Amino acid sequence: MSGRIERAFARARKARRAAFIPYITAGDPDPGRTVALARALERGGADILELGVPFTDPIADGATNQRAAERALAAGTTLTTVLETVRSFRLTSDLPLVLFTYFNPVHAYGLARFSVDAASAGVDGVLFTDVPVDEAGPAHEALRRVGIELVLLVAPTSTRARVKAVRRLAGSFVYFVARSGVTGARTTLEEGLEEQVRLVRKLTKTRVAVGFGVSTPDQVTRIAQFADGVVVGSVLVERIAELGDAPELPGAIEALARSFALATRRK
Amino acid sequence: MAPLEELTEAWHEARRDRAFRHELAGLLETYCGRPTPISFAARLTKHLGGAGVYLKREDLCHTGAHKINNALGQCLLARRMGKARVIAETGAGQHGVAVATAAALLGLRCRVYMGTEDERRQALNVYRMKLLGAEVVGVEAGARTLKDAINESLRDWVTNVATTHYVLGSVLGPHPYPAMVREFQSVIGSEALLQIRKQHRSLPKLVVACVGGGSNAAGIFTAFVPYRQVELVGVEAGGRGTRLGEHAARFAGGEPGVLHGTRSYVLQDQDGLVAQTHSVSAGLDYPAVGPEHAWWHDTRRVAYVRVDDSEAVDAFHLLSELEGIVPALETAHAIAYVARVAPRMGSGQAILVSLSGRGDKDVAEVARLEGVTL
Repeated sequence: MSGRIERAFARARKARRAAFIPYITAGDPDPGRTVALARALERGGADILELGVPFTDPIADGATNQRAAERALAAGTTLTTVLETVRSFRLTSDLPLVLFTYFNPVHAYGLARFSVDAASAGVDGVLFTDVPVDEAGPAHEALRRVGIELVLLVAPTSTRARVKAVRRLAGSFVYFVARSGVTGARTTLEEGLEEQVRLVRKLTKTRVAVGFGVSTPDQVTRIAQFADGVVVGSVLVERIAELGDAPELPGAIEALARSFALATRRK
Repeated sequence: MAPLEELTEAWHEARRDRAFRHELAGLLETYCGRPTPISFAARLTKHLGGAGVYLKREDLCHTGAHKINNALGQCLLARRMGKARVIAETGAGQHGVAVATAAALLGLRCRVYMGTEDERRQALNVYRMKLLGAEVVGVEAGARTLKDAINESLRDWVTNVATTHYVLGSVLGPHPYPAMVREFQSVIGSEALLQIRKQHRSLPKLVVACVGGGSNAAGIFTAFVPYRQVELVGVEAGGRGTRLGEHAARFAGGEPGVLHGTRSYVLQDQDGLVAQTHSVSAGLDYPAVGPEHAWWHDTRRVAYVRVDDSEAVDAFHLLSELEGIVPALETAHAIAYVARVAPRMGSGQAILVSLSGRGDKDVAEVARLEGVTL
């Protein structure tokens, strides 16, 4: 298990809050700014950073993240440049880092070579949006060998049997999809989320971070009461899209991140 | 994954259920007009001066292409699963029209996703779908073609899965789609096998079909795969050149990859980013190919060749003028290959071509390409 992710959850728990896990797309608006944005998120209170690898066909993503991927790809981002970004971020930071990626770029890179390079760059976890648990064995094994944990998705529609299958491969946490569908900001949360999270925690015997559609500090506070971590993505990505290459971008992202980080307190 | 498990289970139940099979067979006969005939293309055969050419006339199916075979099957399945809404992607518009038709017949709500580039070149089919009561949603992403329409359909499906069945139009995507769509389309080959034996008095030497996702090809090949003496050829879109981005010839320029929940040959760059494709025919304009075709390719059971845009347009004219059949531009790729090889074959031999669809939808686009104002 990755020490850094594990420690981040433990630290948050000790401080009586859920871990705050911001998401941004690597290379948006351009590869040169990602390190500065990652530092801004860390200063803003991120416990774990989720970094999206842009892909041409992001079927699990809503419009906001699709456009971010388009911008990043247009700026020349590839899996190779994302790993370079991680490497240079690691020079100055110990923030745990999870790559959020579609499988094909890793497949083209070569699963074994990717695992080795990701580990040496300082990646702590990898989440494949389009690899179901039944197909995840080889990826889990390749990553385990280099000390990277596989982060698996659990959906509200996942069957009990499937959630149990996740248990065998899960690392320090699983990612629970707050609402059926794709990523993107939403104003309402699914009914019964709390019961679902408790059930998933029981069945997977690990921590549960909740994401997809979480877009306001209020929602974060509600989820933080029962989940181990909260993922916030599209709102940050939207802000990046609005500000583009404006010099105040890192400051604005830091402030926005802080408003979410503060909302993770448990009452 | 849960939706796929639910679908797999429902499909396995349905195909074992005699009432379901009976209802589908009845609709194929009384609504679609099956069995479709095979026609001996006498003037084309004479013109090419070699093997006899037989056409499996899927263009005579209701709505004008083989797509209705699968659309009806899946819409019946949707109704059986209690889904009141169906969605579909479409490239050339033929699958979209077929699903809109089946949805109208069975009283289902229907939405079709279509790339805006395809909407432009297949404007007639867009209006047809609307006439049939379907909602057509343009997709602005990527190259604005079939791949992007599939992305959007998958997003809709995962968001609305409780009420919605996604009628995927080809032998693509995650299991059970490739197997299910092939089974619904295999009626083409089972009919053709009996018909060619009767009309030609033996098996054909060669069976040819165009391959976009590969549903009409899988439909006709499946019956012939066990007959090793029958050569099978799938024709891909060579587009306007051999560089990445100029064609849709996955077996010539693709590498194994994972797209839309399937591992198959995918046109992609060295970073695993999916390439844009080009073909004059919207239905072949897709960067991946059905996984079973990849298997047939790797085991060498089927040979895959490419035909470029201009050869396909020539064949479009050739068949129209010699046989009085205006083929779809997709199908014209298969005809072009036949025109290449028939002269080198003996006159006692037969070529069976899957005439997957008619070309009414392409008339305006061909006119535009040739500078004719309608």
